[in-house]
Amino acid sequence: MIPVLIGITFIVFALLAFAPGNFVSLMLSSGVVNPDAVARIRNELGTTQPWGVRYLHYLAGLARGDLGRSIVFDQPVARQIVQAFPNTVILTVAATMFALSIAMAAGTISAVKRNTVVDYAAMLVSVGGVSVPSFWLGLVLLLWFGLELHWLPIGGGGVGSLQNGGWDFLSHLILPAVTLGAELAALLTRLVRNTLLDVLSEDYIRTARAKGLGGVTVLTRHALKNVLLPVVTTVGVQFGGLLGGAVIIETIYAWPGMGLLTVTAIQQRDLPVVQGTVLVFAVCFVFIVLLTDLLYVAIDPRIHYD
Amino acid sequence: MIDVHTAAGSTRHHRVFRAFFRNRLSVIGGGMILLFFGSALLAPYLAPYDPYRLDLTHAFQLPTWRHLLGTDNFGRDILSRLIYGSRISLLVGIVVVLIAGSVGTALGMLAGYLGGWLDLALMRVVEICFAFPFLILVIAIIAVLGPNVFNVVWVLGLVNWPFYARLVRSQVLTLRGRDYVEVARALGANDARIMFKHILPNSLTPVVVASTFGIPQAILALAALGFLGLGAQPPTPEWGAMVSTGRDFIFQDPWLITWPGVCIGLVVLSFNFLGDGVRDALDPRSHRM
Repeated sequence: MIPVLIGITFIVFALLAFAPGNFVSLMLSSGVVNPDAVARIRNELGTTQPWGVRYLHYLAGLARGDLGRSIVFDQPVARQIVQAFPNTVILTVAATMFALSIAMAAGTISAVKRNTVVDYAAMLVSVGGVSVPSFWLGLVLLLWFGLELHWLPIGGGGVGSLQNGGWDFLSHLILPAVTLGAELAALLTRLVRNTLLDVLSEDYIRTARAKGLGGVTVLTRHALKNVLLPVVTTVGVQFGGLLGGAVIIETIYAWPGMGLLTVTAIQQRDLPVVQGTVLVFAVCFVFIVLLTDLLYVAIDPRIHYD
Repeated sequence: MIDVHTAAGSTRHHRVFRAFFRNRLSVIGGGMILLFFGSALLAPYLAPYDPYRLDLTHAFQLPTWRHLLGTDNFGRDILSRLIYGSRISLLVGIVVVLIAGSVGTALGMLAGYLGGWLDLALMRVVEICFAFPFLILVIAIIAVLGPNVFNVVWVLGLVNWPFYARLVRSQVLTLRGRDYVEVARALGANDARIMFKHILPNSLTPVVVASTFGIPQAILALAALGFLGLGAQPPTPEWGAMVSTGRDFIFQDPWLITWPGVCIGLVVLSFNFLGDGVRDALDPRSHRM
């Protein structure tokens, strides 16, 4: 894991260090023209030093929690990320929970009612859900529930809106979370259905039935437990997609998370901010994958790690 | 000897084709893709108007006989723009998979066959690439290099190769120890010949399957980047960029985002259907997902 983290920091460092055009021209293109500021930052960055030295400086800065300085806002990137980070965590967790609840319910019903109209309908929605681009789904939901029906707000929200009460916060979260979770829900529904069908044909399920247990007990106490493992694996692997999706969906709904921060920074050519958010996104993903590995052990006692 | 070989080969092809055509959805998917390819190739003949021609007096028209899908904010014919847009999406999807697939296959092959420090180093690089959320890495690189379709193509290609490298490597690792490879070596074949004549053809099945799913992923990524303003730039009739333009007029004319969205969805859906069929036909054992 350590080599991976070092590799990540190097790629993120290289993003700016080897960018075509020098840093000062980037600053000028972002609209900062104060020559004092340019000279100061050039000095701070030590752009005249070889890249190896600059990389070590970068690592040393990271160790102190220094992610660089935003060109446009002239404040530490870390401060901006600290403000945005909780919102992205809330959004991705809400999207995962939405996806899991839909998938467990729809996938189970599909498997139990195999080859019925319900099953076909669920599979059709599931295949469609994987194919629809999330930014398009987001716009359509925004149009219906926000602009036409006025049921839900069309943007904003985040931790800051908590002071307006719990409902205000939740109402802002619903559309982004549903949009972000839709693809994962579609993917997991298919997975739950197919895994459950495999599991239901196994001997121990027949034994449980033969003992006289009811259908629901067999399903909840015996079968669904074994569906969890592939589901957890898939959620872990797909979490990267969820983070990527967050960038798009936060932009659509103006959800003040790291995705919106990234896209705004790109539009303003504020590359140190982009560098910082990409690093945090990647490190998050690494830890999520690690967490998935640890969850295996909790779910399946047959798995051991040394 | 040669007859036996071709007979066995044609039986296998026969079985693969039969298995593919038995799956109705994948045949539908394949047919739709042919239609999209047809419209991309014949765009100048099919498109009723020039996709760039402005006509401000006829902006925001609803579908009529003159403009089957209506016109956009500049009065451009939406159907014509969608038809030309299929060229960009399909071409990008295919070129991205070609770049990623060939780089990945070559490196995965070398890593798996030669082993040693090369394998170790390459797999580390693969691991590091997998540590980044795919779209975020692409967005960051494009942000530095500047947004245009050309950059999108090669960045998507280069970010995707580790996926193919890992697939091919694991295939090569299992094939390397097979008896027929040992026989080839005993008969005096050198490494290059063993790699390209004996191992490569047998390790391509998962690459073909992954490519069929890789194309729609690349098309979706291109559209998402176009939507964020990081892909094709207006006035290029790229589907994602068209949705992005339509977003500004979403209340005034919801059709502007509807049509390109439907096109992206249909192409991706068709490729997914096709991919399911190809996978089941080529590799009947892997059935889940």
